[in-house]
Amino acid sequence: MIGASIPRVEDKRRLRGVARYIADIQRPGMLHAAIFRSQFGHARLIRADISRARAMPGVVAVVAFEDLNGVGPIPMRLEPSEDLYRALQRPLASDRLRYVGEPIAVIVAENRYLAEDALEMIELEVEELEVHVDARSASKAEAAEIHPGVARNIAHRFVTETGNIEDGIASADAVLEEDFYVQRHSAVPLETRGLVAEYDEAREMLTVWGPTKVVHFNHGVLAKLLDMPPSRIRMIEVEVGGGFGVRGEFYPEDYLIPFLARKLCRPVRWIEDRNEHLKSANHSREQSHRLRVGYRNDGRIVAFDDHLLTAMGAYIRTHGATLPTMAAAYMPGPYKLDNYRCDAHCVLVNKTPAGTYRGPGRFGASFVRERAIDMIARRLQLDPAEVRLRNFIPTELMPYSTGTMAFDTPTVYDSGDYAKQLKRALDEFQYQKRKSWCREQRAAGRAVGIGMACFVEKTGGGPWEYARVEIDTSGEVVIYSGAADVGQGVETVLSQIVADTLSIQIGRIRVVHGDTSLVPFGVGAFGSRSTVVGGSAALRAAQDLEKQLFGFAETALQADRADLSLQNGSVVAKGGSSIPYGELAALSMPSSARDLGIKPGISAEAVFHVDRMAFPYGVHLALLDVDQKTGFIKILKYLIAFDVGRAINPMLVKGQIIGGFAQGLGGALLEEFAYDDAGQLLSGSLMDYLLPSCIEVPDVDLVLTEESPSPLNPLGVKGAGEGGVVAVGAALANAVCDAFEGLVDIRRLPLRPETVLELAQAAKQARRGG
Amino acid sequence: MTIRHAITVEINGRTFQSEVEGRRLLCDYIREDVGLYGTHVGCEHGVCGACTILWDDQPVRSCLAFAIQADGAKLFTVEGLAPAANELHPLQQAFTDVHALQCGFCTPGILMTLLALLKHNKNPTSDAIRESLSGNLCRCTGYHNILTAAQLAAERMAD
Repeated sequence: MIGASIPRVEDKRRLRGVARYIADIQRPGMLHAAIFRSQFGHARLIRADISRARAMPGVVAVVAFEDLNGVGPIPMRLEPSEDLYRALQRPLASDRLRYVGEPIAVIVAENRYLAEDALEMIELEVEELEVHVDARSASKAEAAEIHPGVARNIAHRFVTETGNIEDGIASADAVLEEDFYVQRHSAVPLETRGLVAEYDEAREMLTVWGPTKVVHFNHGVLAKLLDMPPSRIRMIEVEVGGGFGVRGEFYPEDYLIPFLARKLCRPVRWIEDRNEHLKSANHSREQSHRLRVGYRNDGRIVAFDDHLLTAMGAYIRTHGATLPTMAAAYMPGPYKLDNYRCDAHCVLVNKTPAGTYRGPGRFGASFVRERAIDMIARRLQLDPAEVRLRNFIPTELMPYSTGTMAFDTPTVYDSGDYAKQLKRALDEFQYQKRKSWCREQRAAGRAVGIGMACFVEKTGGGPWEYARVEIDTSGEVVIYSGAADVGQGVETVLSQIVADTLSIQIGRIRVVHGDTSLVPFGVGAFGSRSTVVGGSAALRAAQDLEKQLFGFAETALQADRADLSLQNGSVVAKGGSSIPYGELAALSMPSSARDLGIKPGISAEAVFHVDRMAFPYGVHLALLDVDQKTGFIKILKYLIAFDVGRAINPMLVKGQIIGGFAQGLGGALLEEFAYDDAGQLLSGSLMDYLLPSCIEVPDVDLVLTEESPSPLNPLGVKGAGEGGVVAVGAALANAVCDAFEGLVDIRRLPLRPETVLELAQAAKQARRGG
Repeated sequence: MTIRHAITVEINGRTFQSEVEGRRLLCDYIREDVGLYGTHVGCEHGVCGACTILWDDQPVRSCLAFAIQADGAKLFTVEGLAPAANELHPLQQAFTDVHALQCGFCTPGILMTLLALLKHNKNPTSDAIRESLSGNLCRCTGYHNILTAAQLAAERMAD
């Protein structure tokens, strides 16, 4: 089954409308929570009057910060650092409001309508403070501190350096100096967040439905914050309506709802509404870069120096310094940068806190790097593909260490041939032919152009993943995995991997994940790791189980191990005798197992550890047509070439790439969390925050290759979740610049029609001037 | 006291009689009062299309209507689509065959939209499919496979 494009095992229940998402979970006597949030960008909270809300019909409880028994801040999961602790978020605001959307109080009522009625009865007394929505102004010496003691609002700073940047600059023939900006946007899954929590007063056990992504980590955090033994808390992942990095981190609500269920001894449910989601779930992507790139006259880059400000929002959440860390570590991409530096800053601003969103750090880094290369190509009058080819890391140097680090892991590209991939993509795209066509069309007054962007993705991060494979007495195989299902198809992929080893039909395999009572350990679903690490763990467990089956069958069939094979759910001996797995499972029950002198149960578990990540790579190529009267961009052709090492299910891999592309398109052209100077979020609905519809998403040509399997795992796989998204902004921006023949340069995203129209007008003026 | 209104609604061929508050949203009524959770609520302001149902054969956003407005109406939701527990409607079958869903949250609304399209247009062009789906957001798939599935279902249903 490995390598087969089979339909997914998850589909049927979702198509029939019987899959249960968090808002579909009902518990007897369930109460409904609504969260009262700050409407101020930055203010001193003098008083929150909740008394009138408490008196509203149907209201069972209203809690504010004072009611939380001094609960501590939510800890960091990734890239923690000492100085970031100063800006962690507590579940409710105490005396300071730092962004619009910050939770101040929670109302619990008999139904959601009554809870929302009561929201309007809370009154605040505040003193408004100086607001910073821009990382540059927030990090100026005179800027007011958003968190006391965090000078210039720089919560954390680090420098990544390889080689010697000043020597590199000194050896350059010329230096490109540019500023770039990528706008704040994020995942915005179709399902908003939600939780249901229930406390069993008799057994002092808490059950929480709705966590995902990193269920086991969150389990540990909740136990600490609630001061409960972890074994008394059960977390259950239910169906998830899209994650993309944002859903499933430990948010304030992940404490508040279980806390209230325990306090009230009644089930409590909270379902986020869309406006809440847009101002409370992690934002992402906002980066300001100041770049110096030294290059030789032949196009080779000899120094790459980036000064990076990441607008973290008003608090540091679970991702710590992950966003700038990834931007800094993976900025070099497929290029050999011997002298590289990134001076990275986590800057606090009065906006919703930021976290990871599919391709974190890299969407912006690709935009900056690939734009810079095009600018250099333009200055040197070289083909942008040629400049890339001259700077690629040669395949002979694999595995190649870039000299950067992220998550305490050195960046070592495991395998890849970047030049070959670009050449293949150019051929498939008919680059030379289309380039000539563009030239002709431009001569006739059209604004058509080609843009390219190359990328290397970071996938399969550790530290490990857990799997256990069991067979029940009906012969059904059950995979217990520490991975999480955020819609990507992990149940199908794990089933395909195990099906081959155990010679069993997909339909006889079931996958259990995200339940802390059934799966003892788990890391989860992020960073394109589920297939790489979770898949490898499942393979190892299945291989161990295979040995057990042979061992039991030797006894049961009185046959030699060498004569046994697995065939479609049975162990078969050479002579023709066979025994189905279910019968072996029955034989392994304690009484008969004792008689046979074997360990009871058919069950094998494995933990797959990874010390290094796997790095797939590829190319995005865009051909587009700019309407010079409206600024509207029409994509005529888009090609993505992506080498994933090995595809377990190519149909699913392609689905990931195109889905990622559509999100990248949104980030390149449409999506933005816009704020006014007072810190008010201006894109608080899906009419203002524009997600791409099927009208905006063009056809995409996919070139999926499996030429560079990863040597780091037994499957040879590399993660495929993020290669579709990371280079879209870069490729489209480069194509628009090409359409204007380099007369204008793009330094900011998104490329909304009004922005492109300004570019068109500037290009027209430049032509007149020239 | 809250005033409740008696309503009679037919959903997927079954008749339901209920008493609802005037402000109760149709999507909340279908989900929580009737217990048909297959209709999903993604934005509650009529943009995402996840809550799309059929109302007298027309696709309607159930988050933009009140339950009392549906008094006497014939509604159809995703639960009515599959002919049996182990069978799928050709539209659903096409969706799984070509991987037209990932998380599946938008899927019920998209199925309802396409069902209405295919009822009125047995042989839709790809432009007609795009046009009909322009009011349904999907964040996972990038739409390609959804468009392919719609075409495939139309062909199979015509056979």
